[in-house]
Amino acid sequence: MSDTATVPALQEHVHGPLKHQFDDIAQQHEADTLGMWLFLATEVMFFGGMFTGYSIYRSQYHEAFAAASNHLDLLMGTINTGVLIGSSLTMAMAVHAAALGRRRALIICLIATMVLGCGFLGIKAYEYHHKFVENLVPGPNFHFEGNSARETEVFYSFYFAMTGLHAIHMIIGVGILAVLTFYAWWRGFHPQNKHIEITGLYWHFVDIVWIFLFPLLYLVGHHEK
Amino acid sequence: MRELFRFFPDSASSISDAVDALYLWLTTVSTIMTLLIFLAIGYFAIRYRRREPGEVPAPVLGSLRLEILWSVIPFLVMLSFFTWGTYLYFHSQTSPKGGMEVFITGKQWMWKIQHPSGPREINELHVPIGVPVNLTLASEDVIHSFYVPAFRIKKDVVPGRLNRVWFQATKPGKYHLFCAEYCGTEHSGMIGWVYAMERHEYEQWLSGGGGEGSMATRGEKLFQQYGCASCHTMETAGRCPSVRGLYGRQVLLRGGEQVTADDSYLRESILNPRAKIVAGFEPIMPTFQGQINEESLLQIIAYIKSLGVEGGEEVEATKK
Amino acid sequence: MSTVPVEPVVEAPRNYLNASYGVKSWLLTTDHKRIALLYLVTITILFFLGGAFAVMIRLELATPQGDLMTPDTYNKMFTLHGIIMVFFFLVPSIPATLGNFLVPMMIGARDMAFPRINLLSWYVLTIGAVISISAAVMGGVDTGWTFYTPYSTTYSNTYVTLMAVGIFIAGFSSILTGLNFIVTIHTMRAPGLTWFRMPLFIWSHYATAIIIMLGTPVIAITLLLVGAERTLKLGIFDPALGGDPILFQHLFWFYSHPAVYIMVLPAMGVVSELITCFSRKRIFGYSFVALSSVAIAILSFLVWGHHLFVSGQSVYAGMIFSLLSFMVAVPSAIKVFNWTATLYRGSISYDTPMLYAFGFIGLFTIGGLTGLFVATMAIDLHVHDTYFIIAHFHYIMVGGTVMAYMGGLHYWWPKMTGRMYPEGWAKFSALVLFVGFNLTFFPQFILGYLGMPRRYYAYPEEFQVLNVMSSAGATILGVGYLIPLVYLFWSMRYGERASSNPWGATSLEWQTPSPPPTENFTVTPVVTEEAYTYSHEAPEHV
Repeated sequence: MSDTATVPALQEHVHGPLKHQFDDIAQQHEADTLGMWLFLATEVMFFGGMFTGYSIYRSQYHEAFAAASNHLDLLMGTINTGVLIGSSLTMAMAVHAAALGRRRALIICLIATMVLGCGFLGIKAYEYHHKFVENLVPGPNFHFEGNSARETEVFYSFYFAMTGLHAIHMIIGVGILAVLTFYAWWRGFHPQNKHIEITGLYWHFVDIVWIFLFPLLYLVGHHEK
Repeated sequence: MRELFRFFPDSASSISDAVDALYLWLTTVSTIMTLLIFLAIGYFAIRYRRREPGEVPAPVLGSLRLEILWSVIPFLVMLSFFTWGTYLYFHSQTSPKGGMEVFITGKQWMWKIQHPSGPREINELHVPIGVPVNLTLASEDVIHSFYVPAFRIKKDVVPGRLNRVWFQATKPGKYHLFCAEYCGTEHSGMIGWVYAMERHEYEQWLSGGGGEGSMATRGEKLFQQYGCASCHTMETAGRCPSVRGLYGRQVLLRGGEQVTADDSYLRESILNPRAKIVAGFEPIMPTFQGQINEESLLQIIAYIKSLGVEGGEEVEATKK
Repeated sequence: MSTVPVEPVVEAPRNYLNASYGVKSWLLTTDHKRIALLYLVTITILFFLGGAFAVMIRLELATPQGDLMTPDTYNKMFTLHGIIMVFFFLVPSIPATLGNFLVPMMIGARDMAFPRINLLSWYVLTIGAVISISAAVMGGVDTGWTFYTPYSTTYSNTYVTLMAVGIFIAGFSSILTGLNFIVTIHTMRAPGLTWFRMPLFIWSHYATAIIIMLGTPVIAITLLLVGAERTLKLGIFDPALGGDPILFQHLFWFYSHPAVYIMVLPAMGVVSELITCFSRKRIFGYSFVALSSVAIAILSFLVWGHHLFVSGQSVYAGMIFSLLSFMVAVPSAIKVFNWTATLYRGSISYDTPMLYAFGFIGLFTIGGLTGLFVATMAIDLHVHDTYFIIAHFHYIMVGGTVMAYMGGLHYWWPKMTGRMYPEGWAKFSALVLFVGFNLTFFPQFILGYLGMPRRYYAYPEEFQVLNVMSSAGATILGVGYLIPLVYLFWSMRYGERASSNPWGATSLEWQTPSPPPTENFTVTPVVTEEAYTYSHEAPEHV
């Protein structure tokens, strides 16, 4: 951004109008970025609580967790991982397009990201449905053939809590992308770069959470075979 | 009614005087510190009170020497609390050998107490003085906390695990037994009495109660009733490991890990057999989660214990 | 800290209070000063609500047997008292009102970095409070504010889930406020205001914000899991379903111990301002006081296990947590000593805020020292979950935080409203509070050591004398809080008009009119000196 810092008109285009509380655009940009990073720090702690709980039970109920993990659909999980990584790529391209001021490319990248995000959620919903049919959703209807039903239920409690929370973050992300696309397309003006950039930070964070969830939930059992 | 005002509860266990001594040391240091701060503030506030509206005192920057002094000295004093407190705590958590056993089950909102030789009581605990008493604590429902102020001991009673605590009463008397962890509606009603008695009175009390046989005998009945005996008592290794002489032994698990067969291990193996599988056996035992209550579990464990402990000694209960 | 001259201070015709009128101008404001007042109104209501529950508790405990209400009602009373006071009063108290008002002004900024998020945080807190209060109205909650499992997940038949949702939502208010503080302090300081020239109030809010950002999400997820366990029958904390109730305690205290410092660090910042202003002295050992706040913030995350000494956790874990708990006492002690040393050779006046500062130091000292008792494992074995604990944390929370909050409110009242409070009444109520507080809570130390467990609806007769003393003290304490409520309201209209700097203080908020204009400063101030430069003489060393 530093090369554009001297041209006020371009500055406004890149960062949006200067808000009254700031002295200059550089200060405003620094505040916005720092704000998002801090927010992500709290998100790490938010997921961290569950990761801690998961790790404790995983070491306590080692075998049951491995067995329960084998009931997850590895293929679907792998596809979803690919889908998400792809969406991170298109998101990064969107940030790049915004920086270059290419509106068309920006819109295409944003839509691609949304489509991939929705694809991920669709596959997730399909997996949830399967677990529901197989009575693997914790609660009164939970039913598991085998001796360690209780531990399996704990595993599935974590599975649903963690992937569910992740899915909520995805839904929020897709919503934000939709608003940005709306601004970029319908309103006929360029959304501010910093919004795309900051949304990008969020989107990548949500992807990274999945990168941790995938091996913890889907792959833990497979070395046992 | 007792005296109107007192600062210490009855002191009636082997550690209570030591806890009081430590408490007095802390109180002394704290009182001196509080007085120092109060007097310094009072003195400065009066000595340096504002005498005319416009006065501006000369600035004082600070002093590295003082900062170090008032960080290090308090910390050293605190280390004395830490060392003493930790030493006493470790002592209070390690039960001496040769004590007697009592089994406590907390249940909303009562204390159920079982003595290995038979007697059972509710909200009352009779113990002899001068003998270490080891308590095994189990909960049927929520977290409770076993608290006897006169003994200065407290231990949470946590569902899903067996906690242990011990004490040795030193003075005969009747002492409060409280539940200290909030456990619902009648939490404040979950109180009882501990009766510390002379040895001979205790023997007398013991012989008066318990017509239904010892805990181990009752455990044996349950052992038959739940069908455990059909498999777990065979002398030669069949489909399941034998429980004879099991208690206190090192058990080799599948995967090479070793665990000691203590109360917690036995409890877990009954409720959740697949958690720790003994090497060389298949996980075929069904779970008994939700089918046996904590009291009965303690009886079954007492029975397994009575089948011999490591080193070949027989427990008293089997001799009878 | 003097600045390049700002415009001469006359009674400013336009200020943030009369800049616009109407309900909408308040509910849609993004001015941090107006938001601070919105918070002030909200948490004052919540404080008196929480206080009303406390009155019920003390009334019931005046006699040993249960007579005024049923045990279930009593259990709900102490639960609601704890929840309202902790999550809806103490956590937001100083940061959301005084902090919101003063952080931008003290660093010479026109507003927070994210004014709309700031307003959002107030709405979030209000929504959380409304949900929690409706849970209370619909039938209450009886788990204690600690929500220990499996009682909260399986056995309680009350509105636990709804209450957890309310607190979960309110947590985001803290997070947003903390985020705003950190970003504002990092990016928006006036020219010349380096980190080590900042008022200590800013340092303490910075440290508080760090704790909020790292701790609050953990309690949020923990309460979410409790709610999920109740509604969806997940089995994470319930032993009957394979879970571990002790895990809940670890997660809960990972936030709730640092939360104690969320409540007391801002209070320490207020006291640093008061002590320096009313003794016209630079703070003794500035960098030690400043950095001790950060040290407290870091260490506070490493001591949660001292709440589990009697839970059956490993004795070695207990030993380490005990040692770390003693270590966190060192930076607190440093602060107390430095405040006291600041008075040395000062020019001390006895205005009401200073009386509160004295009260804070005294009561916080007692609260802190009794903290050493409970950090000592062998003592905790005896006093854990007794009234000793109750007394200890009320000395920190009420004796510490609320005293400082009252002191700060009086000190900055002229700035916030443009009016002076009546000094005579204020001194009188400060005295009433001090007496009432000690009479309420000191007997509880003795009760605790005698062995009276907390959360008891009925208790053995031998504890009655001390309980009656405590209840009597609570009455005095209650009156002590009502008097300021009346005269502060009164002063908003009839109080003497305040000048821009009635106390002769040096920080930036006093260099703009009272009440300040919406943009705080007409000219951005430039800072050329260190904090609390009351005298330009060469400093002495002791």
